[in-house]
Amino acid sequence: MDWQAFWLTIRLAVLVAAALVFIGLPIAHWITYSRWRWKFFVEAVVALPIVLPPTVLGFYVLVALGPRSPLGRWWQALTGHTLAFTFEGLVIGSILYSLPFAVQPFAASFAAVDRKLIAASSTLGASRLQTFFRVILPLSVSGLVTGIALSFAHTMGEFGVVLMVGGNIPGVTRTVSIDIYDQVQAFNYAAANQTALVLLAISFVVLSMVYALNRRVWAVWPWK
Amino acid sequence: MAVEIEHGSGIHTGTSVPVSDGADALTVEIRKRFANGGGFELEASFAVPPGITIVFGPSGAGKTTLLDCIAGLATPDSGRIAIAGRHFFGDDTNLAVQQRRIGYVFQDLALFPHLSAEKNIQYGIAALGTSERRQRTNAILQSFRIAHLRGRKPDEISGGERQRVALARALVTDPCVLLLDEPLAGLDAATKSNIIDDLRAWNQAHHIPILYVTHSREEVFALGERVVVLEDGRIVAQGTPHEVISAPRQETVAQLVGFENIFNATVVSTHEDRGTMTCRLAGSNVELETPLVRADEGATLRIGIRAGDILLATVHPSGLSARNVISGKVISLAQHDMIVTAKVDCGVEMAVHLTLAARDSLHLQPGREVWLVVKTHSCHLMKA
Repeated sequence: MDWQAFWLTIRLAVLVAAALVFIGLPIAHWITYSRWRWKFFVEAVVALPIVLPPTVLGFYVLVALGPRSPLGRWWQALTGHTLAFTFEGLVIGSILYSLPFAVQPFAASFAAVDRKLIAASSTLGASRLQTFFRVILPLSVSGLVTGIALSFAHTMGEFGVVLMVGGNIPGVTRTVSIDIYDQVQAFNYAAANQTALVLLAISFVVLSMVYALNRRVWAVWPWK
Repeated sequence: MAVEIEHGSGIHTGTSVPVSDGADALTVEIRKRFANGGGFELEASFAVPPGITIVFGPSGAGKTTLLDCIAGLATPDSGRIAIAGRHFFGDDTNLAVQQRRIGYVFQDLALFPHLSAEKNIQYGIAALGTSERRQRTNAILQSFRIAHLRGRKPDEISGGERQRVALARALVTDPCVLLLDEPLAGLDAATKSNIIDDLRAWNQAHHIPILYVTHSREEVFALGERVVVLEDGRIVAQGTPHEVISAPRQETVAQLVGFENIFNATVVSTHEDRGTMTCRLAGSNVELETPLVRADEGATLRIGIRAGDILLATVHPSGLSARNVISGKVISLAQHDMIVTAKVDCGVEMAVHLTLAARDSLHLQPGREVWLVVKTHSCHLMKA
């Protein structure tokens, strides 16, 4: 088992899940409460990575991060190297790829919060931000955890985007799924199986956690 | 027309809150149209002095929309909402909900389910210093007798207790107006009157305008110093409950408050010295003495009489203060719950409410000859 790839993948997944809390919460809030008539376009864009082939997403992220794009040039001027085929580039690609897996559970749990509670909060003088942190978020804990767990697990197992954006540089962009691919290419089935089992176990544990958390009888625990 | 103030169900026996000079009254003058509500339009203009004002009307009359406009949760198309010189809404102003300092108790209370009763109550006073926050919380917990519930979550306390927590949460912020949207629906009468007593006691000290929305007729008499009757987005009557409900001049109000007997009548003669007049019910020889209203002899009016205001006798009564004794025959008797409705033919058909005991002890049967007794002031006159 390639432990270097394993820890790199864990690091990537943790970073992406953490970043998605900060990026996903405002987006989910906006999607839930905005009355803008073209809102559905934004919803479609956010959901796009679910149906888009990872290679297509990876291709455009690669182009966007490359030295010919404004973002790539800006990053190059700032750091001296491009984002493509770096760990940072991988983080950006993964955030985009896992965005719907964070935003959709967040938005679903926000939408389940009774609007009357939000109205009550504002008549009691709370600003929108205070209402968010004191009412909406505490009542959306299960959606929050679900979003974090799903984006973590989804990042753990991603392949196409990583390959397109990161390549296969050991210690930098070589993740476990790419490691498995390499092992299979080298007919090293035993090693591939070992790594695959670890991924399978992690995915199973995370999903069990998500479903357990969303079980109605436990939904109030331990935040009751 | 002089009217005596009566309190229908005897819930409120204390002093009534004096009507102020209007200095700190809430004035509302709004229009709001709903394009996709079948063209529903709310158009209301009234003042709410300190004390309890009831907003009464059937569901769909626009009561909650009215409260939402005052709270700032809905925006009127035009108009003005102000209290004590402070404009909530006007030509150029539309104060944010947060800045209006309004207490609003919603129909379903909207207590925060993840917070204890105490944390719910402290929600609106988070910005205060610790000692003042604690002191205010304790005071309001005492006032509404819920100190023992402070650590409990809303789903761990009873309906009446939740109502008390919701009231305390709104009042602890020291609001300048209190809006109550059917806050006591679903409570038994005793719990209801206890809560109302505590609310009145609180308002003796604070003296703010309270708007209390209800569609219950009993609550209008039990609670309100004033009542505003809303129907189909419009105010159809306002005044003291007695003025509005006991002597409605609008038949819409009359039907709303439930007159079982409504008749067309002609003024036969007026007796200005005694404050009464005599009217003949259309299509009959029945003449009733009624309170005097501004009407000429020969004018047509409508008279409403509640079935519960008519006495029924099986022998000709005498020595009565009531001026109207009419003879007739029982047509039918029908029972609903604990009330018997007797239909009596006396030239016109009148409905009379009786108790079960009265029906049995009088041995009432269809065909029985009876006399109906109606007080002058039980005859309510309306425009025809």
